[in-house]
Amino acid sequence: MAKYTYPEEQDLQKFVAARYRKAWVWQIIFLASLLIAIISLSALLLNVIDGAFGYVAYDYKTDPATVSAKPLDELSQQELIALLQSKLSKGAYNKLNNETPMEKRSQADLLGLVYERIIQIDTQQTYSLSNSLLHKAEIEAEVREKYPEARLEFRNWLSSHFLTSPMSSKAEFAGVRTAALGSLWLVGIAIALALPVGVGAAIYLQEYSRKNFINRLIQTNINNLAGVPSIVYGMLGLAIFVRAWEAFTSGSIFGITDSNGRTIMSAGLTMGILVLPVVIINAQEAIKAVPDSIRQAAFGVGATKWQTVWSHVLPNALPGILTGSILAMSRAVGETAPLIIVGASTFISLDPNGPFSKFTALPIQIYQWTARAQPEFHNIAAAAIIALLALLLTLNTTAILLRNRFQRRF
Amino acid sequence: MQSENNTQYAIETKDLSIFYGNFEAVKDVNLKIERQKITAIIGPSGCGKSTLLRAFNRMNDFVVTSSVKGEILMHGTNLYSRDIDPVEVRRRIGMVFQKPNPFPKSIYENISWGARINGFKGNMDDLVEQSLRGAALWEEVKDKLQESAYALSGGQQQRLCIARTIAIQPEIILMDEPASALDPISTLRIEELMQELKKNYTILIVTHNMQQAARVSDYTAMMMLYGETRSGTVIEFDDTKKIFTNPKDKRTEDYVTGRFG
Repeated sequence: MAKYTYPEEQDLQKFVAARYRKAWVWQIIFLASLLIAIISLSALLLNVIDGAFGYVAYDYKTDPATVSAKPLDELSQQELIALLQSKLSKGAYNKLNNETPMEKRSQADLLGLVYERIIQIDTQQTYSLSNSLLHKAEIEAEVREKYPEARLEFRNWLSSHFLTSPMSSKAEFAGVRTAALGSLWLVGIAIALALPVGVGAAIYLQEYSRKNFINRLIQTNINNLAGVPSIVYGMLGLAIFVRAWEAFTSGSIFGITDSNGRTIMSAGLTMGILVLPVVIINAQEAIKAVPDSIRQAAFGVGATKWQTVWSHVLPNALPGILTGSILAMSRAVGETAPLIIVGASTFISLDPNGPFSKFTALPIQIYQWTARAQPEFHNIAAAAIIALLALLLTLNTTAILLRNRFQRRF
Repeated sequence: MQSENNTQYAIETKDLSIFYGNFEAVKDVNLKIERQKITAIIGPSGCGKSTLLRAFNRMNDFVVTSSVKGEILMHGTNLYSRDIDPVEVRRRIGMVFQKPNPFPKSIYENISWGARINGFKGNMDDLVEQSLRGAALWEEVKDKLQESAYALSGGQQQRLCIARTIAIQPEIILMDEPASALDPISTLRIEELMQELKKNYTILIVTHNMQQAARVSDYTAMMMLYGETRSGTVIEFDDTKKIFTNPKDKRTEDYVTGRFG
């Protein structure tokens, strides 16, 4: 047998020390990667928060005192309606009345309309949160000098008004309600399509299919589909759901006549197809992770394949399947490109009232607002991003709670 | 499968060969397993003992490439004939696996599930108690039937698996090295249990442990790799006493006395 050489006694200590050094260097590298990740994520978050709060310099185009004899907030509902009727053009008034009849609007809503349409806020300049906190005096001096008429106010752009109001052409009055509801509808339809179909496909691939050429081909395709750019799914959605299936997606076969195929249904189905590979792959992994010994035990007591899958494989794979659906939901909430192609409305102030209504979604809204020139729209875009993140977090938390509930006690 | 049967054999094989693809893993096995006796299958690793055992309740069906030549007869019916449903075979021939594999459910459900899916109509509580008593586990778990089966020790889990098997009242119980993952005391309890079970069931056990085979079994089949294809086959099948004291085959003698490479 050949003689192997290992470090001698005196070299051993050095050798071990060198090995520790090497390990230490790697540890530092891993720590650095973690830090980079944390820093970039916090920078993202801080940047968004920075935009969502801060000072605003604005003035009124019409002085509120001149609009009415009484102070505005003391006016009754009837008086506010009369005021709107007298000051607005007939066309504008009728349009508002068509959206929601004036009599049905609350006093606060009407007051908002008076500010929005008659008094009209003119935002001169907005300041970021960091500037507002650190350079308060400079901001005040600048505003006094540049806009002597203007009022300066610290504003929380992410107000409850912002969350509950529909879209408006004025940033100060715009909200995300329409977009948030649109996003919820989208995710709902997408998951309702992708979860049952995806889990079914995963069960078939994992438990029933034989490992032959065709099934391997299908498997490879599913894996690749998960990486196809979302815009391609948008094209698919446009061609199939919006155009070919227009009778269904516009709701005309259900007697709905006022829309074309560019509805929540088309967009939701497109999103469902888009997240389907994610659901399938995650469900497959979850099913694969169920130990074979459990299947054998079930078969050993005379269970059929379906009984084994239903009573043992699925319950044990459920947490993993739900993890996959969390990923799928996150993706469906965040995707923008396919929605643009499928035809999300860019300006819509009516809440979606069913799967066959026109829609917009949060990412579309954010995209629209960031593209505007007026700085105040950038602030509400930041606020909308926070709303989107919050929506995502809520959806994920719900799924995680569900998962913990379903998770076997054993 | 008619239940009337007059022979003393619970199950027998005729020229049974088992293939994985083209490889003949087990070749030409002829065994007659007596009812209400314990038959041990011994032999070196990789000689096809487990493959042979799993052929009896068609567990090999799950290996896609496996195929069988010859016959396994139970009450005169070939278990591999076309009109036999493997699900029914597995209900009548239960199996206990090498590693305890209770379902990740409660102790109660571990036993009731198999009974329920097989259409058990009767008092489930009684069945659970009876089965657990049959597996000598009742006294230890009677107060925690709703607790997880995973909270039990390895030996208890294995007895739970035996209880689960006898709950569906099979005629034959196959045991694939049931004590190999257990400590000596748990092993002893399983062996004692087997002597009890023998009164009602026919037991076939694969074991690596020759002392165990000598202690528990009535008959022993000695398997060994054989011939140019290196297929496993039964080289000697006889009374356990004879196999261990006065084997006919020289290879058996070498193996049971520990002289085998």
